[in-house]
Amino acid sequence: MLGYTLKRLLQMIVVLGAVSVIVFLMMSFTGDPVFMVVPIDATEAEIAQARRILGLDRSMPEQYAIFLKGMLQGDFGRSYVFREPALDLILERLPATLEIVVVAMLMSAVVAIPLGVYAGANPGRTESRAIMTGSLVGISLPSFWVGMMLIFLFAVKWNVFPSSGRGDTVEVMGTRWSIFTADGWHHIILPSLTLSLGTMAILLRITRAGMMEVTRQDYMKFARAKGVSRRGVLYGHGLRNALIPVVTIFGLQLGDLIAFATITETIFAWPGLGKLLIDSIYRADRPVIVVYLMLVATIFVVINFLVDILYTWIDPRIRVK
Amino acid sequence: MTEALLQVEGLRTHFHTFSGTVRAVDGVSFAVGRGEIMGLVGESGGGKSVVGFSLLGLIDPPGRIEGGTIRFDGEDLTAAGEARMRRIRGREIAMVFQDPMTSLNPLHTVGRQMDEVLRLHTDLDAAARRARSVEMLESVGISRAAERLSAYPHQFSGGMRQRVVIAIALLASPRLIVADEPTTALDVTIQSQILKLMRRQIRERGASMILITHDLAVVAEMADHITVLYCGKVVERGPADTVLRRPAHPYTRGLIDSIPNPALRKERLNQIPGMVPDIRNLPVGCNFRDRCPRATALCAEVEPALQDRGSGQWAACHHPLDAAP
Repeated sequence: MLGYTLKRLLQMIVVLGAVSVIVFLMMSFTGDPVFMVVPIDATEAEIAQARRILGLDRSMPEQYAIFLKGMLQGDFGRSYVFREPALDLILERLPATLEIVVVAMLMSAVVAIPLGVYAGANPGRTESRAIMTGSLVGISLPSFWVGMMLIFLFAVKWNVFPSSGRGDTVEVMGTRWSIFTADGWHHIILPSLTLSLGTMAILLRITRAGMMEVTRQDYMKFARAKGVSRRGVLYGHGLRNALIPVVTIFGLQLGDLIAFATITETIFAWPGLGKLLIDSIYRADRPVIVVYLMLVATIFVVINFLVDILYTWIDPRIRVK
Repeated sequence: MTEALLQVEGLRTHFHTFSGTVRAVDGVSFAVGRGEIMGLVGESGGGKSVVGFSLLGLIDPPGRIEGGTIRFDGEDLTAAGEARMRRIRGREIAMVFQDPMTSLNPLHTVGRQMDEVLRLHTDLDAAARRARSVEMLESVGISRAAERLSAYPHQFSGGMRQRVVIAIALLASPRLIVADEPTTALDVTIQSQILKLMRRQIRERGASMILITHDLAVVAEMADHITVLYCGKVVERGPADTVLRRPAHPYTRGLIDSIPNPALRKERLNQIPGMVPDIRNLPVGCNFRDRCPRATALCAEVEPALQDRGSGQWAACHHPLDAAP
């Protein structure tokens, strides 16, 4: 197990190294950042000087070496716009995104798994068909539309949830969280619901497919012959056997939502990573974009690692090598 | 004679499928006495397993028990609700499945799967349940039982797994074991070990068993009574000795003749000609007549009823074997 973890850590480093090269190259092709720094009426000499200070006059490999060295020391440079360390900016926004994403994922799982189990165990029933049709709707609706409809209904028409912002925050472990205040929760519900619908539908369909397969297995009938209740058989024996693909998709969706909550955050004016990313792209704020991309890559790699560990925990026949 | 432990009367279990109603079990009656092993014999698709699942109330839609009674120790199980059936399954009637490779949950340890039965059906505390599980594993011939409790099914061989399945079935001391082809999926060398184990365990506990099999050789070794099913109907039943030595129904005769007999050293094995008719579309009259050497016009018109042949033997045939053809 320790050997496996070390090996995976090494893999992660390789992947992140590759990502850093790609990010660096991409950034070099997206225009000359020197114009973001100098005043609009700067002279040639001033531009050349700025270029020298920023290190942009050096060769590409040299620039990459400097970039890498800074990154390893946690120094991604300062945001051109905010004049603050880019990493701090990102880390400040990360909790806001994590909040709505984690709540969204929990909502999806809590709704999707029982419905998926039901639909998988009773495939012929009318209720199951209704669930499956509902899930198709969930997959098909674009999140920007869902977000706007939720705002229209719950914020404008019935006035039960606020339409934007994080609400009250409280400082825990050095960062500000909405999730620990009642008003914060009030604000979290709508954006999280918007984020959760797509994932909910996918998880539901995966759970159902797995359960349909599993309910045909002999051990399900054997468990019933032992006197286990139908419900006990479905959840105690069936669900875990259907869980591997569900966990896989859950992990992928989790990373996906953290990385691409952008649209929902924009609609609900939620000050998370996505909004920061959009703002940074508009303003060509390279250091912030770089940190963002590296962070997203790290999150994906770490989630995948955790999912692999989960496999071995779910199914003892799977061995980590 | 005291009342039998299990008395099945006119059991009918049908499956309503798109292509018609399958009368998998159609008016089956038999009894299993206390401490008795009853062999339920027939070809594949003859409705044997459906009888077993019917007893436990485990017929899932589109299947349904359409009629008949299942008297277990005087109680009609066809009238029992799901809650009552849950207390009967595992505690009063336990089942051993055909394929030990698939009847254990691959993700739970053997210990947990055993513990589940004791948790459901006894008031024992955790330590006592564990002790009971160890004891049971040992009694079915699994060594180092205490260690093996934390092993997963895939760490056992097929024969060992079937021993575990048997141990699980016996755990709550049920009075009836329904064993559905318990040795069919096993290596020949293991088969007789498992059968002997089952017989010993059943006898020691004074329990009864229904042994569902297509293999008359197995039945000959194990059973006290035999019930022969064909197309969901009982065609013959009686004490094992009598039925095997003097079968009255041509179908039973055919089954006996298809057992290889090394003493005869025949070039070809006898077989029953033809195939089992489509159960969704059974002919009028005797279901076996197309494959029967003794069939007459009568067989095509009138379905034979079970008739007493004396000394407990019953057969459903117009032209039974010891009578003139």
